[in-house]
Amino acid sequence: MDDYILEMRSIEKSFPGVKALSGVTLSARRGEVHAICGENGAGKSTLMKVLSGVYPHGSYGGQIIFEGTECQFSSIRDSERAGIVIIHQELALVPHLSIAENIFLGNERRGSGGLIDWHRAHAEASELLDRVGLREKSTTPVGQLGVGKQQLVEIAKALSKDVKLLILDEPTAALNDTDSAHLLGLVRQLQDQGITSIIISHKLNEIEASANTTTVIRDGQTVESMDMADDSASIDRIIRSMVGRDLESFYPDRVSNPGEVVLEVQDWTVRHPVQDRLVVEGASFTVRAGEVVGIAGLMGAGRTELAMSLFGKSYGRFISGRALMRGREIKPRSVAEAIDYGMAYVSEDRKQYGLNLLDTIARNISGAALPKLARFGWVNQHRENRLAEQAMEKMRIKAPSVQSVVGQLSGGNQQKVVLSKWLLTGPELLIIDEPTRGIDVGAKYEIYQLINEFVAAGKAVVVISSDLLEILGTCDRIYTLSQGRITGEVPVGQATEENLMTLMTKEKETVR
Amino acid sequence: MTTMAQRTDKPLQDPGGSGSSTLTELRLALTRNLRTSGIYMALVALVVLFAVFTGGASLSPGNITNIVLQYSYILILAIGMVIVIIAGHIDLSVGSVVALTSAISAITVIKYGMPWWVGVLAALAAGLAIGAWHGFWVAYVGIPAFIVTLAGMLLFRGMTLWVLDNISLSPFPSEYGVIASGFVNGLLGGYGYDTFTLLVFAIGVIGFAVNEYRTRKTRRSYRQPVPPLWLFAAKIAAVGVVVMALAWQLATARGLPVVLIMLAILIMAYSLIMQHTVFGRQIYAIGGNLSAAALSGVKVKAVNFWIFVNMGLLSAVAGIVFSSRTNGAQPGAGNMFELDAIAAAFIGGAAVTGGVGRVVGAMAGGLIMAVMSNGMQLMGIDQSVQSVVKGLVLLLAVAFDIWNKRRAGAQ
Repeated sequence: MDDYILEMRSIEKSFPGVKALSGVTLSARRGEVHAICGENGAGKSTLMKVLSGVYPHGSYGGQIIFEGTECQFSSIRDSERAGIVIIHQELALVPHLSIAENIFLGNERRGSGGLIDWHRAHAEASELLDRVGLREKSTTPVGQLGVGKQQLVEIAKALSKDVKLLILDEPTAALNDTDSAHLLGLVRQLQDQGITSIIISHKLNEIEASANTTTVIRDGQTVESMDMADDSASIDRIIRSMVGRDLESFYPDRVSNPGEVVLEVQDWTVRHPVQDRLVVEGASFTVRAGEVVGIAGLMGAGRTELAMSLFGKSYGRFISGRALMRGREIKPRSVAEAIDYGMAYVSEDRKQYGLNLLDTIARNISGAALPKLARFGWVNQHRENRLAEQAMEKMRIKAPSVQSVVGQLSGGNQQKVVLSKWLLTGPELLIIDEPTRGIDVGAKYEIYQLINEFVAAGKAVVVISSDLLEILGTCDRIYTLSQGRITGEVPVGQATEENLMTLMTKEKETVR
Repeated sequence: MTTMAQRTDKPLQDPGGSGSSTLTELRLALTRNLRTSGIYMALVALVVLFAVFTGGASLSPGNITNIVLQYSYILILAIGMVIVIIAGHIDLSVGSVVALTSAISAITVIKYGMPWWVGVLAALAAGLAIGAWHGFWVAYVGIPAFIVTLAGMLLFRGMTLWVLDNISLSPFPSEYGVIASGFVNGLLGGYGYDTFTLLVFAIGVIGFAVNEYRTRKTRRSYRQPVPPLWLFAAKIAAVGVVVMALAWQLATARGLPVVLIMLAILIMAYSLIMQHTVFGRQIYAIGGNLSAAALSGVKVKAVNFWIFVNMGLLSAVAGIVFSSRTNGAQPGAGNMFELDAIAAAFIGGAAVTGGVGRVVGAMAGGLIMAVMSNGMQLMGIDQSVQSVVKGLVLLLAVAFDIWNKRRAGAQ
């Protein structure tokens, strides 16, 4: 009865140790705008990688039916030939090449003798730019354009491939309001031209305004698919579907006993290091001794940026704001100074920002506290090894010895090494960004226990996470962050996944 | 002892290894230490090989002394170079810096008639200034070291030609020559051999043995795999025999070269700096993971700056030794030295991506190049063939390193 351009039937996909997708079903009607919602880690990106052939046929279970025939893509080239084009959040453009060169990259317009016909390329590029409403010359280098315009170039590139199904992964995450509105308008225009779009987005207002159908995915499964024209479809219903599951009891109990204020941040504003936009805008919050404070925000909300800019200005360009520790204003200009003030920041990406994978456990653990362990610049290796041994025992790091190389440990053990490293600096305030990303349940429990022990000793912890269950399970008080602004402060007793998600997706205009 | 080594070393454990023969043990110990000890075994093998090919001429007292004198400045450069490489950089300018610093020394001493030590100080000061220049551009402006030092290579070569007016300067006063060609001899009397030389080497061997034993004890107390005692003893004995044989050859030649004392002090000092000081550790941290180091409070810019200052200083030391040995300054001095120093570091196990490498390894790498060049010269092999062989050795050494790492990663 319905004319479906795409049907994905009970798609399953496993990675070693993790089942990312366990039976996702998705049906997109021809010519509609179809939104996919879900928490971080729900499996949206994995699903799109299955669809676009990044994970080749055979590496997943289930069926993909596109335009009435079953597809068995073995690469992105295959899916693009069929008319499916995916535009990732991180744009795949070459900044030094011109718009036309980017549009036809890998798909060059050939003239006689196999040479590229640049006249034809530029003429076609200009037509495509008209279609997407971008008033730029096709010879302009892409690097000179803003992110919003680059997004349009990506769409023009997709159009040049005779796209039938356009997939946009978080298209407006990095865009300002005007650019977002323009982009969504363009998607509706393309709809009139018969191009079906799938939009993955966290911005529920935008979804409500532009999608015909919304499919919600949670824990690798389709929860529901709703027709947005229906009266029952609403932002609230989407949120309920996104988060509705039982709070599992794998969070250790803790008696909360908040004391004096350890960290107070006032009107903290930070600009993106290169782009002209604010990533954190007027954020104010407090953290007390003996308290775990959560900062909940979706990807791109500015969580990490807020933490790193506080941690010795290691991110972005500082605009304004004050930070006070134990009532005294601090102005750390470098990470070393932030450490001296008693701050510690555990990054969300331990391999990239936390560890030297080539070196031993002992040397990684001592890494941040090295100046404190040394006398006149001379490291007492015996003491270093002994402290590392103690940390290993306390943290239950499973490894042959402190001299084992960190790169060979499992994710959970690596995370414990990073935590040990920061605890060794003797911090007053521990900021943990995504404390349990990519580690197994057992190690998660142990890390929550360590957090509890730390605050029980009168120290303070900030947990940054996009996992609401984790936030609810570990924190005493929760701040929600959306588009760089703090949109709410909720004591854990009053917090539910629904009201947090509502605050986390609250947009700029409604805050004002 | 045996159970100790096996229990703690699971990945390499022989499945039926409870009653394994000494042969299996030896094989295990060798596999385990291949990455670190392979280079030393290769060095020994080359020494033996060339001793056979040259009918023992390569091991004659005169020739051994000659190798030490001839390659000392490359080894000095390699110390600085391996540090630069561990931090993830490269320095292409050291040959030109050697030329410029030796020219400055020569001008001070020969042209202006200053005492020899003023020349030495002038060269060292110039080296520090050049290092600071490189460090500034690399660390604070953020230009890749490859570009900065490529520019430096041209820049300082040009300045050398300029200050020397394109002609050689010589000779130095005889005191200056002592640096590179002097010997400590007869200090404790000679009996056809120099007792002092033997004594110094014996102390060195004992120090090495004590240090190795302490390392072994520490490793065991941290439940680290250690080779079986007999293998450990055999290793110490082998090193002792080789070193004392070398000492004997030196003692029966001209005694203990001054430059060898200097080199030994530099090697020990820099090994300690790299392993036991905050500065050294931070160099490994920067090379291993720059972002993680920065987020751990390492002052990346300052560390990078001082790495290049140090390279400049050691280039000046090499420049002084070189000018002392050649008894003057030449416009073309130090040509291609950077490549020998870089090759020494990589053959000695430094990783191209940074974060891995050792001063002692670079010394072994430098000696491999030295023994090969010297041996081929003694055999009268054509310069062209020598260059081909050296190139292949460098390539194979790094290929072996990559293969070895991939194998370790697959485990």
